[in-house]
Amino acid sequence: MSARSVTVALDDRTVLRGADLDVGAGEWVTIIGPNGAGKSTLLRAVGGLLPFTGSIELFGTPITGLRRRERARLVATVPQQPTVPPGIAVLDYVLLGRTPYIPTLGRESRSDLEVVHGVLERLDLTGFAPRPLERLSGGERQRVFLARALAQGATLLLLDEPTAALDIGHQQEVLELVDELRRDRGLTVLTTMHDLSVAGEYADRLVLLAGGRIAAAGKPAEVLTEENLATHYGARVRVIPGEHGPLVVPVRS
Amino acid sequence: MKLRWLIAGLAAVAVAMVAGLALGPLRLPPVAVALELLHLHSGLTPREAAVVTELRLPRVVLALLVGATLALAGGCYQGVFRNPLADPYLLGVAAGAGLGATVAIAFTSKGGAAVPPAAFAGALVAVVLTYLLGAAGTRYRTPATLILAGVAVTSFLTAVQTYLQQRNAETIREVYSWLFGRLGTAGWHDVLLLLPYAAVSTAVIVAHGRSLDVLAVGDEEAASLGANPKRTRYILIVAASLATAAAVAVSGLIAFVGIIVPHTVRLLAGTSYRAILPLSALFGGAFLALADLAARLVLAPAEVPIGVVTALLGAPFFIVVMRTVRRGSV
Ligand SMILES: Nc1ncnc2c1ncn2[C@@H]1O[C@H](COP(=O)(O)OP(=O)(O)O)[C@@H](O)[C@H]1O
Ligand SMILES: [Mg+2]
Repeated sequence: MSARSVTVALDDRTVLRGADLDVGAGEWVTIIGPNGAGKSTLLRAVGGLLPFTGSIELFGTPITGLRRRERARLVATVPQQPTVPPGIAVLDYVLLGRTPYIPTLGRESRSDLEVVHGVLERLDLTGFAPRPLERLSGGERQRVFLARALAQGATLLLLDEPTAALDIGHQQEVLELVDELRRDRGLTVLTTMHDLSVAGEYADRLVLLAGGRIAAAGKPAEVLTEENLATHYGARVRVIPGEHGPLVVPVRS
Repeated sequence: MKLRWLIAGLAAVAVAMVAGLALGPLRLPPVAVALELLHLHSGLTPREAAVVTELRLPRVVLALLVGATLALAGGCYQGVFRNPLADPYLLGVAAGAGLGATVAIAFTSKGGAAVPPAAFAGALVAVVLTYLLGAAGTRYRTPATLILAGVAVTSFLTAVQTYLQQRNAETIREVYSWLFGRLGTAGWHDVLLLLPYAAVSTAVIVAHGRSLDVLAVGDEEAASLGANPKRTRYILIVAASLATAAAVAVSGLIAFVGIIVPHTVRLLAGTSYRAILPLSALFGGAFLALADLAARLVLAPAEVPIGVVTALLGAPFFIVVMRTVRRGSV
């Protein structure tokens, strides 16, 4: 995935200005930044869900040149707050991920169902298949959202704050799962994240977005510096080197 | 879709049909009526057979068609607008048809015969107007803008209609009798008028059941799944509006069928539009045929307007459904 000078205007406001971003195959890149920085917007642009200027290429093809269904087979998005249709069962929800393979007026084939059952099994969700999605816990739901994205069979996974609603244990569970899947299936992962330490632990590279511009990018230790966080978050923190990445601890002055 | 609900729907249609044909001033044995329908030896006298096939059958078939069309269109709009309370008259169809009918009654000497085409034309003009106001021109189109445009168009056309009625006071009675819905004065004529629209729209709408299920996650997520929400919505609005306009043209305004039938189906058979749409058509047809039977029998030999029957049954039923459905699922 490669983005060049991507600019997005929403309601006549420029939300994203000239963002450049490269994500290599199999890499995990996490976008961080204060609230309203434009993280979700960048992810939506990469998913082809927003009009933008500049260029975004997926595996060498401009996304604007892809048909909807082709694009949906390459990129799968889990939005920050996915819509849960009332009454839908987990199986039917995950089956929605097969939409780019099912003819518009057709119905799912046996192979679509096989893919879905495979994904459910992989994510330990088989027992949940007939249950209404709205009655699952936050962690279980997040796994179901992930399952729908995996059912799309896409190689680029866009996850918008996948752990925002989860407690610390479930955060780790979901992120470990994403990391395993990335290795098993050769996925490329682009996420946004709130918790900076967690972001640094799991990502190969971080991109710091502030005010719609990319303020810093690189290895977690290069981006998560006390100075960067003070400038762009207005936060006082100590950054402590850790095993997998720097640990960010807020402190009072 | 669960097979048993499909069978239940077909059974409901069969029961409503036989009851509608057997009951009336002349009571006939249901079994004989069913045999007569299947062109088997029924034991009915030629006069009785004529009552069944020439007098009652067109009316029952019309009730089935109108009920199926309204319920299907209602279910379709509910999916398109992601709003379980959307009804088939949402986009101004009712007001446009009402104005068209009023114009026909007030200004043409032909009266009755001119009403269906005028109502049909009025309904289509209203929907096009709603669409132009709500979808084109504005930069940020959402389904909600379309609904609001429908409200505006409805108010405007209703005002024009009221004005015309006041100017032509002698037409009020006729206009009202049309507004409350009526089935079956015209034999097979009305059936033939409605049939092509009902058939095409039903095929188009039922085929889009899965697309509506995808739309249920919202436009942006649907787009990320490879769907084309705008195009789906456009096709379905055209299909449902055409069908509703044709139904209104032959039957007037029949309230509540388009809301209560899909709603009940949703409670019974689940929230997938793949089930809701075909089942709404079946149960909607059966419901209206039975309501028409009630309209004929309650005050016989006089008839209660069918729209009054459906509203009397529908409004309380609707409240009960609203109260029993779990919070959050509506
Ligand atoms: N649909 C929209 N219309 C107008 N402004 C928007 C819209 N969506 C987001 N914004 C604005 O764009 C900015 C960036 O939003 P977002 O990408 O959601 O930020 P983040 O995900 O980093 O918190 C915010 O200031 C937000 O108010
Ligand atoms: Mg966000």
